[in-house]
Amino acid sequence: MTTAPDTTEPARPFSPPQRPLLDVEHLTMRFGGLVAVDDVSFAAAPGDITAIIGPNGAGKTTVFNCLTGFYRPSVGRLALRGNGREYLLERMECHDIARAGMARTFQSIRLFPRMSAFENLVVAQHNKLMRASGYTVFGLLGTRSYAEAEAGAVELARYWLEKIGLVDRADDDAGNLAYGQQRRLEIARAMCTEPLLLCLDEPAAGLNPRESAELEELLLFVRERHDVGILLIEHDMSVVMKISDRIVVLDHGRKIADGTPAAVRGAPAVIRAYLGEADGADTDTHTRADTRRDAGMGA
Amino acid sequence: MLGTFEYFVDQAINGITLGAIYGLIAIGYTLVYGIVGMINFAHGEIFMIGAFVSIIAFLTLGFLGLTWVPLALLLVLVATMLLTAVYGWALERFAYRPLRRSPRLAALITAIGMSIFLQNYVQLLQGARNKPLQQVIGGGFEIMREGDYVVTLSYLQIFILLLTVVLMAVFTLVIGRTALGREQRACEQDRDMASLLGVNVDRTISLTFVMGAVLASVAGLVFLLNYGVIDFYIGFLAGIKAFTAAVLGGIGSVPGAMLGGLLIGLIEALWSGYFTVEYKDVAAFSILVLVLIFRPTGLLGTPDVEKV
Amino acid sequence: MTDATAPPPSAPGPFHVRGALKEAGLAAFVMLGLSLALIGARIDDVSGGLAVRWRPFDVLAAVVVAFLGRLGLAFLRAGRPAPVALASGLSCAALAPLLAVSATGGGAADWARTALPFSGFAVNVLVLVVVVVLALRAGLAWRFGARAGARARAGAPGAETMDRLASVARRAAVHAVPVLLLAAVLFPFLPFADRRILDIAILVVTYVMLGWGLNIVVGLAGLLDLGYVAFYAVGAYAYALLATEMGLGFWLCLPFAGVMAALAGVLLGFPVLRLRGDYLAIVTLGFGEMIRIVLLNWYEVTNGPDGISGIPKPTFFGLPFVRSPPEGTESFHTFFGLAYAPIDRIVFLYYVILAMALITNQFTLRIRKLPVGRAWEALREDETASRSLGINPRNTKLTAFGIGAMFAGFAGSFFATRQGFISPESFVFIESAVILAIVVLGGMGSQVGVVLAAVLLIGLPEIFRDLQEFRMLAFGATMVLIMTWRPRGLLAHREPTIRLSGKGAVRR
Repeated sequence: MTTAPDTTEPARPFSPPQRPLLDVEHLTMRFGGLVAVDDVSFAAAPGDITAIIGPNGAGKTTVFNCLTGFYRPSVGRLALRGNGREYLLERMECHDIARAGMARTFQSIRLFPRMSAFENLVVAQHNKLMRASGYTVFGLLGTRSYAEAEAGAVELARYWLEKIGLVDRADDDAGNLAYGQQRRLEIARAMCTEPLLLCLDEPAAGLNPRESAELEELLLFVRERHDVGILLIEHDMSVVMKISDRIVVLDHGRKIADGTPAAVRGAPAVIRAYLGEADGADTDTHTRADTRRDAGMGA
Repeated sequence: MLGTFEYFVDQAINGITLGAIYGLIAIGYTLVYGIVGMINFAHGEIFMIGAFVSIIAFLTLGFLGLTWVPLALLLVLVATMLLTAVYGWALERFAYRPLRRSPRLAALITAIGMSIFLQNYVQLLQGARNKPLQQVIGGGFEIMREGDYVVTLSYLQIFILLLTVVLMAVFTLVIGRTALGREQRACEQDRDMASLLGVNVDRTISLTFVMGAVLASVAGLVFLLNYGVIDFYIGFLAGIKAFTAAVLGGIGSVPGAMLGGLLIGLIEALWSGYFTVEYKDVAAFSILVLVLIFRPTGLLGTPDVEKV
Repeated sequence: MTDATAPPPSAPGPFHVRGALKEAGLAAFVMLGLSLALIGARIDDVSGGLAVRWRPFDVLAAVVVAFLGRLGLAFLRAGRPAPVALASGLSCAALAPLLAVSATGGGAADWARTALPFSGFAVNVLVLVVVVVLALRAGLAWRFGARAGARARAGAPGAETMDRLASVARRAAVHAVPVLLLAAVLFPFLPFADRRILDIAILVVTYVMLGWGLNIVVGLAGLLDLGYVAFYAVGAYAYALLATEMGLGFWLCLPFAGVMAALAGVLLGFPVLRLRGDYLAIVTLGFGEMIRIVLLNWYEVTNGPDGISGIPKPTFFGLPFVRSPPEGTESFHTFFGLAYAPIDRIVFLYYVILAMALITNQFTLRIRKLPVGRAWEALREDETASRSLGINPRNTKLTAFGIGAMFAGFAGSFFATRQGFISPESFVFIESAVILAIVVLGGMGSQVGVVLAAVLLIGLPEIFRDLQEFRMLAFGATMVLIMTWRPRGLLAHREPTIRLSGKGAVRR
């Protein structure tokens, strides 16, 4: 049920040395009679970019919303491991999940539009700073320890502003930035929470090719230099195929494939899903090639 | 006597009458909220103006020597609907339209400002004293008796209930079946798109305010007939109660407004009947808070699923 | 009717007299509907019931004024100010002397009153004001041509002036704030500061403090609170009861009153703060009314509608402001060897509230730059995104609600000690509305804006107290006009809480 039988085994065996960063087991989400996600299981390894792809309405964003606590899953176990602890996300509130080390971005950008870009990044370090400010008491007194913590937060924010090339615009309202800049800023904001796992919901949507390339670079940099796993929902197959270590394919709420880009690319179930339920296995070669090209899966 | 069924029925009849008034006002809140997304705080004052227009119309008819009650009622009804509708129209045109694209708080403050303005406007023009009107519709018939305790359903109450039911039916039809209703629902969903598709948004919003004002004016007339005394301040409390009713029923939903009005009216009447009159408003608000805690969008409101 | 259909400002453009007449006729018709019942008939008490007094000429006058006014506006919008300027100028010349004469008394006044369009003096004044504004606008357009006309057409003359003023105020803030502060501190010693002016100043500063307190809730955290006056009431009653029942002094009770109000805020906020926007508004409004009703009916404790009287005045470090202190004790003037002056107490009260308000301001400015303050603003901007960053929405909102309530509690106990008497009548919804209006009119989140709005909304009407009956009418109209003129508030500007570069940047 979880995996269609025709899924090709991953070329690179998926057996990370330690236990996976994220374990999703039998995740099911129902809205009334509608089953948006149906018994999906997968895992994400630390330091990997794991992509979730699938046609519109496949349930990708719903998986994200379950992971990040915006929905409470109907069934399933979601475990996030890190800092020597295991968090059972299905039982936690949204903000506690974020504290546990889960950061996310949104399909429609959700910055704080009337706060500056810089402030957006400082707000993201809320919990760290709250503790440092003694839940506001030390902050009001202006103690040295708080000043130091704030300086640290400023440095982290500056670091990310430099990374995304927005130092010049740091003090401008986030709402006034260009679309691509806002996308990058949202990722930087998520990184400022110093997460274990970064969930990106269609980060390349609406970007032009140059911005797309910048985004790829940023994601690869994050994976390279920061000890963080990335979970990625994306429609732009060229991005997905280039940077993902592992791809999970959903269709109509079910997982139909799971493996490396190379493996997933050839899986008939995946091709069928993207093509539609035309004639199943009888699809002729011509159409299949078209599909691959349309989906950006061609060589 | 307090424990008898007859007493309960008596209180329930009072509650339903009161609920009819709240329901009529609440529809105006809910229509306007649905279409422009603002709390029209001055709506209670429109109700108050409706009551004043009614009393002036009654006195005028009395002065002219028209004493046949059915005709007088009809004339007063028409007069108050027409003249109050102008206030509803003018309110939207001059106070709210300039702010349509402004932050919502600006519209709220404007509405509160208009509420204060209209209250004092009527006070200045008509004086601050109570305005009592002698009984227009008297009599009734007995429906129950328990010893000395007689439960009567007055002709006035029958008139009020009939009027309310007819009006609500008419307006439900208008909203559900006519082109105007369709345009209203289109504007509710997406004003810019509706405008692109050729809906005259200004006109639709104006008509929504007019509809709300017409219903509120009838509520004003009913209030005057039922309680026999009005002053320039009645709009405030009635407005707040009606708004509570609209929220309780689920703001934006017309059946919700009627249900909410009925519930608030019943709660108040029963609470006053069985417990203390002083705390009836506390009871009404407490019920609202309880309902909102468990159903954050009211009884008949569509639950807003968070889209992320 | 819309501006889009107006011709370009450069040329007078085509002008359809018939269209203008139609519009004017429509305006007159609307005015007829508006005025027919409420203006045209006045209900009078007579023995044995009510009677109607007819005022047909008022209706006629209203209709004519609406017709001419609308016609004038049409002329102005079409870039033809000359006839409007002439007509409105002439009407001014006719109305003003008539009004002046009618105010005097005697035979001439009677004659003038008949000649004036309306029977009410104030309505005539209003008409005169409208005519004067029309005349000024038309005159400007006539004299300075198209540009002034275009500005008039934009419907918001001076809006950009205000923006400029706001940015100037911002830049000048560094210098202006100390100057304003100095003015506030020296205020009681200015020559015109008599007892009445000082009383008004105390009232204004109280509202400034309330505005600053509510600004935390509405301006920063974005929680629409329509029942703020409830916490003001809790503070006032907490102090009044402690002082009259247990004989405690103002300074001892002040923190306690604040804590009580904050507690009330947290208790009331806890179940409802997850509600969104307007739902929260109606619930807070309900709470405000509930607290007032409880105060009104809980006779054993609050003494019901009769209120609590004999609330003690604050002392200056234990020194009361009385003419003759009880044997063996000293009062303020005996201790400092001054002559007794009753105004000393007022001046002292002024400084007390000024200090309390300034503390509120300092607190707000400071907490805004702390993580909790930034979290408030983040929640206001986007609650979903805030949650995804690990901000606990409920606790964060509760702190805003509680802290806002605390300042209302402080202000409430000051109110109680100043008045010496409190009753539920002082804590009605309209107070909440006024405080909210101060915050919104000032420009959400702007501390200086609150001061400006409080002076406008509280100070000016108090000064014109003689026009008692028109005060609230003008108050409501002012709220509407300011909002339509500047929907974002008088001084809407947000300064980032922390900057990377430029002035006030963090040190590297």
